[in-house]
Amino acid sequence: MDMNEIKEIFFQECEEQLAELESGLLKLNDGDRDPETVNAVFRAVHSIKGGAGAFGLDDLVAFAHVFETTLDCVRSNKLEPNHDVLKVMLKSADVLADLVSASRDGGSVDESRTRGLVKELEALAKGELPAGGHEAPKAAPAAPAPKAEAPAPTDDSGFQPIPFTFEGFGDDEEPAIEGATYEITFKPRRELYAKGNEAALLLRDLSRLGEMSINCDMEALPALDKMDPEASYFAWKISLKTTKSEDDIRAVFEFAEWDCELEVKVAEENTSDEELPMTPVPFDLSILDDSAAPAEEEKAAAPAEDPAANAVAAAETATGVAKAVARAAERKEAAAPATPAAAAAAAPQTIRVDLDRVDRLINLVGELVINQAMLSQSVIENDNTGTSSINMGLEELQQLTREIQDSVMAIRAQPVKPVFQRMSRIVREVADMVGKQIRLVTEGENTEVDKTVIDKLAEPLTHMIRNAVDHGIESPEKREAAGKNPEGTIKLSAKHRSGRILIELQDDGAGINRERVRQKAIDNDLIAADANLSDDEIDNLIFMPGFSTADKISDISGRGVGMDVVKRSIQALGGRISISSRPGFGSTFTMSLPLTLAVLDGMVVTVAGQTLVVPLTAIVETLQPETSAIHSFGATQRLISIRNSFCPLVDVGRVLNYRATQANPVEGVALLVESEGGGQRALMVDAIQGQRQVVIKSLEANYTNVPGIAAATILGDGRVALILDVDAVVAASRGQSLKPEMSFAATG
Amino acid sequence: MSYAVKNLVQEGRELIAFRIGDQEFCVNIMSVREIRGWTPATPMPHAPAYMMGVINLRGAVLPIIDLSARLGMKEAEPTARHVIIVAQVKTKIVGLLVEAVSDILTITDDNIQPVPEVSSELEKQYARGILAIDKRMICMIDLDALFAEKESEAA
Repeated sequence: MDMNEIKEIFFQECEEQLAELESGLLKLNDGDRDPETVNAVFRAVHSIKGGAGAFGLDDLVAFAHVFETTLDCVRSNKLEPNHDVLKVMLKSADVLADLVSASRDGGSVDESRTRGLVKELEALAKGELPAGGHEAPKAAPAAPAPKAEAPAPTDDSGFQPIPFTFEGFGDDEEPAIEGATYEITFKPRRELYAKGNEAALLLRDLSRLGEMSINCDMEALPALDKMDPEASYFAWKISLKTTKSEDDIRAVFEFAEWDCELEVKVAEENTSDEELPMTPVPFDLSILDDSAAPAEEEKAAAPAEDPAANAVAAAETATGVAKAVARAAERKEAAAPATPAAAAAAAPQTIRVDLDRVDRLINLVGELVINQAMLSQSVIENDNTGTSSINMGLEELQQLTREIQDSVMAIRAQPVKPVFQRMSRIVREVADMVGKQIRLVTEGENTEVDKTVIDKLAEPLTHMIRNAVDHGIESPEKREAAGKNPEGTIKLSAKHRSGRILIELQDDGAGINRERVRQKAIDNDLIAADANLSDDEIDNLIFMPGFSTADKISDISGRGVGMDVVKRSIQALGGRISISSRPGFGSTFTMSLPLTLAVLDGMVVTVAGQTLVVPLTAIVETLQPETSAIHSFGATQRLISIRNSFCPLVDVGRVLNYRATQANPVEGVALLVESEGGGQRALMVDAIQGQRQVVIKSLEANYTNVPGIAAATILGDGRVALILDVDAVVAASRGQSLKPEMSFAATG
Repeated sequence: MSYAVKNLVQEGRELIAFRIGDQEFCVNIMSVREIRGWTPATPMPHAPAYMMGVINLRGAVLPIIDLSARLGMKEAEPTARHVIIVAQVKTKIVGLLVEAVSDILTITDDNIQPVPEVSSELEKQYARGILAIDKRMICMIDLDALFAEKESEAA
């Protein structure tokens, strides 16, 4: 592994840490005061700093350091994380993200912004609270004693934390501190030893902090013949009575932090020796003596300074363990509440996999499904008893392949959370720019959808969010005048509905100004001046190409790229978008998207003896035309009347050159489709075979683009069927010829 | 011309020979992926006459070219006895419909004769040499050259 690879991994981890950081800060902003949240935020910044230091990314280290210092004040309860503080912190998180991406891709960051934030952060750390802030409480009940003067030992650059410790307050603080007993769980991983760290040394350092007793958990130790000499099998549970703070304890493990599972918590009074649900073995403290050699195959032992004191502690611990075991047995059925560490350990484990490998797997499974369908079909054809064991085996195979397909698709499925999180930054920045107060509320962030959909979702969503902030939400003054909360709310939610993902973007702004939209549409020649439109139709005018209601061209939206672009990119994903609006109460955009781009819901139809698949999303309705509904129009055109409106008929067989003359519409079926331009067309096909989900196969891989055809698929009989490109066929019917140069919707 | 032939075929190259009508052709065996029986193809709209359509090759969409029509001869009427030579042409994989595979030849440069001067542009485009084996005449085809035009057409 060369340096670049390691660096790449670091940046990948940075992404995760940044996401963690932001979600933690947002939680704090919502009033969450869980110390674990603060810790998670702190850890994220600390990890980025640590990694950046290793790669010599000085800018990143310097900023992360200042940020970390301020966060440390929050962690030690010297700084109350109120809204003003968090505003600075969220901005800092954005800058940190910028710095990370600048370090990765070159590029530069806004220096003045960074400097400004460094000043703000330093001011916060010095206790100069921003307006509206108030004195932080001295200590929260469950928090460690406020003795933290604990910048990490590596903190030698930039800002020094406030020269204010409680040491100066003299002895009257001491009694409260003296009693602090910490429960430390320390479980080294093999990397710890691989990097030349030594658990025994760490434990010895720890023992210098105060009175300590150690239990070694040897449960994981396998039999000698199964033992991996380089693996780590031991965990230690340490009870430390000390006057030092949690930070000091963590500082001992500073350089081993990433290579071990470490948990430090203050022991509750009556549970000071409560054990994790494992069966610890009392540690033979005699080997803690400096002279005692570490047990050979264990590679680790914990020396201590004072064997005598430890012997006492050992006795105490031994009884403690006995008690704990008894208690654990009692509680077994009551399911003792898991400690935070146990809860954290239960978090799902993940691995990184190259996307190509997943795609290959998906392709293979797609082939398996087709193959299985072909096999079933030929068995049915050759076996008419229907009771043979082959049939039963096939049914099981079918079930299994379906399950495999679902599981494989689930690998690519990702929660929409990262995209939603990006949106919160956009809301913050744009709201700042236009001087509005806006809160983004997200819901259903864990809703999963295929990665390709997620990747393509960010752009239209960004556009819509900008629009909502710029046009949707009113200025605070206007809102107050209307009797609303001056702070606007934008709600972004995602949920699954009938095999699709539904994303809603809701603002509580003024809603669509229909009079203005209408006027604009008339000005731009989009509708006739006397057109009679329903409210809904007016609202949906904003999706028309070249429509923008922004009176002035702003930096945020209204650059001529309107909602039509959003609509087109949603449609390119096989999705639909609509808007509903209530004047004075806001607007809601609703997007419905397929869960994956690898499969498509299609209607299988027959045209001139050929089997074609029409994407279901394009079809509005299907109907059986009657002779009376068909009207000739000019020499070759025919129109069909549907509920008193006339819609051009398009013979798919003619457009694709399958037949020389137009088919008789009455003998076929008409599919009413809506195309990109907004107009409706009735596509004539000979018959509908049914609806099914098909796996999309590229035609371009071995052939070329074919006008009128979007892609291909393989049906159950093993034959290739073509997927119709509805937009191209409709365009062809408007007189544009189907030329190979013509582009059509990519389905890949 | 002989210079070109020498460049193209090094010593001891293997060729696969097949029959179209009463003529025999051959291609470099290295470009052949597999040989399979004829299965009905799904016709493509707006395709040239030699483009027979696409078939499913283990999950991939494989275009089938009627080599007879492509070489300017009469269009094939495929039967169950026809075979498809699945060949790699540059980055793409195509199926070539031929009547039958007749032989696998191991040849040296000495077996190859230059293509005689003929007026037809099409023959000049694809023919890279002529082999005389057991009194048969076998024409060596350069697939890359044959399909180069098709690609520029599509681009």
